[in-house]
Amino acid sequence: MHMADALLAPAVAGAMYVCSAGAAGVSVRGLKDEETTEKLPMMAVGAALVFAGQMINYTIPGTGSSGHLCGGMMLSALLGPKAGFLSMIVVLAIQCLFFADGGLLALGANIWNMAFYGCFVGYYLIWRPIMRSRLFSGMGEKAAVRARIVLASILGCVISLQLGAFSVVLETQLSGITELPFGAFTALMLPIHLAIGLVEGLITSAVLLFVYEARPQLLMDVSPAKDGSGRFSLGVTVAILAVITALVGGGLSLLASSHPDGLEWALFGNADAGYAENMALDEEDYGVVSPAAEAAASVQEKTAFLPDYAFADSDSPAGTTVAGLVGSLIVAAFAGLICAAGALVRRRRKAHA
Amino acid sequence: MNRLEESLGELRGMEELAAQDSPVHRLHPGVKLILAVACILTVISFSKYQLSAMVPMALPVILAYQIAGIRPSLCFYRLRFVLPLVCFVGLFNPFFDRTPVLTIGAVTVTGGVISMLTLLLKGVLTLMTAFLLVATTRFDRICAALRRAHFPALLVNLLLLTYRYASVLMEEAASMTTAYHLRAPGQKGIHVSAWGSFLGQLLLRSFDRAERLHKSMLLRGYHGHFHYVDASPVTTKDVTVCVCGLALFAFLRFVDITRLLGGLFVR
Repeated sequence: MHMADALLAPAVAGAMYVCSAGAAGVSVRGLKDEETTEKLPMMAVGAALVFAGQMINYTIPGTGSSGHLCGGMMLSALLGPKAGFLSMIVVLAIQCLFFADGGLLALGANIWNMAFYGCFVGYYLIWRPIMRSRLFSGMGEKAAVRARIVLASILGCVISLQLGAFSVVLETQLSGITELPFGAFTALMLPIHLAIGLVEGLITSAVLLFVYEARPQLLMDVSPAKDGSGRFSLGVTVAILAVITALVGGGLSLLASSHPDGLEWALFGNADAGYAENMALDEEDYGVVSPAAEAAASVQEKTAFLPDYAFADSDSPAGTTVAGLVGSLIVAAFAGLICAAGALVRRRRKAHA
Repeated sequence: MNRLEESLGELRGMEELAAQDSPVHRLHPGVKLILAVACILTVISFSKYQLSAMVPMALPVILAYQIAGIRPSLCFYRLRFVLPLVCFVGLFNPFFDRTPVLTIGAVTVTGGVISMLTLLLKGVLTLMTAFLLVATTRFDRICAALRRAHFPALLVNLLLLTYRYASVLMEEAASMTTAYHLRAPGQKGIHVSAWGSFLGQLLLRSFDRAERLHKSMLLRGYHGHFHYVDASPVTTKDVTVCVCGLALFAFLRFVDITRLLGGLFVR
């Protein structure tokens, strides 16, 4: 689900960075100083563990495929939502920088899609309410906690993954990248991630169950000693709910609108000219109104070896013309030349050494 | 070789690249960060039909690779993570957008094809830029630059520590998977009966390790802050490169060189 830079328009990428930075700011400030000094190694090792753990393949019984771990849910169950969120940011940042898994500019969006939902929604709306509830209490103390862990992990993974996948659809649509209709894109993404979420939830619950058996005090909200007693319950929950409502509401209105492009247009505040530029309507005379262009035109008179070569529709609105094609080929040749020169220098240097 | 070992190798490869020396490596990390972000922003700001106008953006990136002495082909292997989603999104464009744009002989190029190619090129260029940044800058120097840009100390420290421990835990997990597979030959992944205990064991051991780590950090005088050795002040050269780079990106964004070049030969 890691998004690449190419899938986002700058405005959307920026907006997602602002959202994620806000959540990160809240988390940094929410962790007290003495707490962070003590927790820092825990958070670092936890993040490194998720990083390594996500590369382990788990065989799904009965099928040939394999599943992976859901990091956000596990970290927030172990470290709490704020520390878990910061650890997930770091995991995503390292994945993006060193493994090109997600783009540098898309990092804001990726943090939101994969860390925010898993940590904040997963913890405040799912993990904590379920772990503190009296669900399954007829089964005896230990079995009840175990059932709650399984339920919370699966629900948490499924819901956070659904929200994340829906956000991917929303962000891509707002960026105006794809021609895929909003409804079809959603219908493609959500079922896939429902299955993935289910498997991830099962794996995560298996790990958390093991931790519960071995060292229950490591898990949040399981033993009373680790109880944070609702310091941020209502306010944060309401804020998160408001954000989700806004996101989902925004998505639905986009779906309802018969002109999704209109939203994109409105979002970027483009005037008529800007709109035309966005749709590449005026590319015909784009950048050719300068002395340099005039000079080029006069040179062109003499150099054009394909004068008056007619191409059908070459002045169509989409505006990529033969000149663009030929120019691209020249640029590509130029790039090849640079590469060849670099290779030559490298080889010579190697011979010297 | 399992995926963990493969990733470990990639991580080491990046470190080796970053430890080399070239004019690009010597550039101030902050400047490189600014230029990389500016380059990516410029690339993704092109609209979906501006394929030919975007092509020249490849030139500064490729030039930087050559100056840094890094083969551009090195980063293509990494496209395997990013490209699937990009392809998934882009491949539908030709089916939905069938406005003919250009006809060469019997072949008609539609708007959807153009927007798909634009998307793919954007994916490749942004990846190449980000890769170059990390391949020419040591990670501690990126962190020092972030700290100087007033990123929260907690987050930067966490980045550094996690980076340090990622390879340790990956190594541990890699030897665990190797051991597991030697005892369970012919099995593709971790069997369902070991789902919890496999990573759970590692988790418990790691948290113990974190506790020891914290104690040893305290014994060495840690009090919540790291000191960064940032021996590289920003020089005039750095500023010049930064300004020139930004100007170049702006120029390429607003002047369609491809068209001008092509216009020399075709009317």
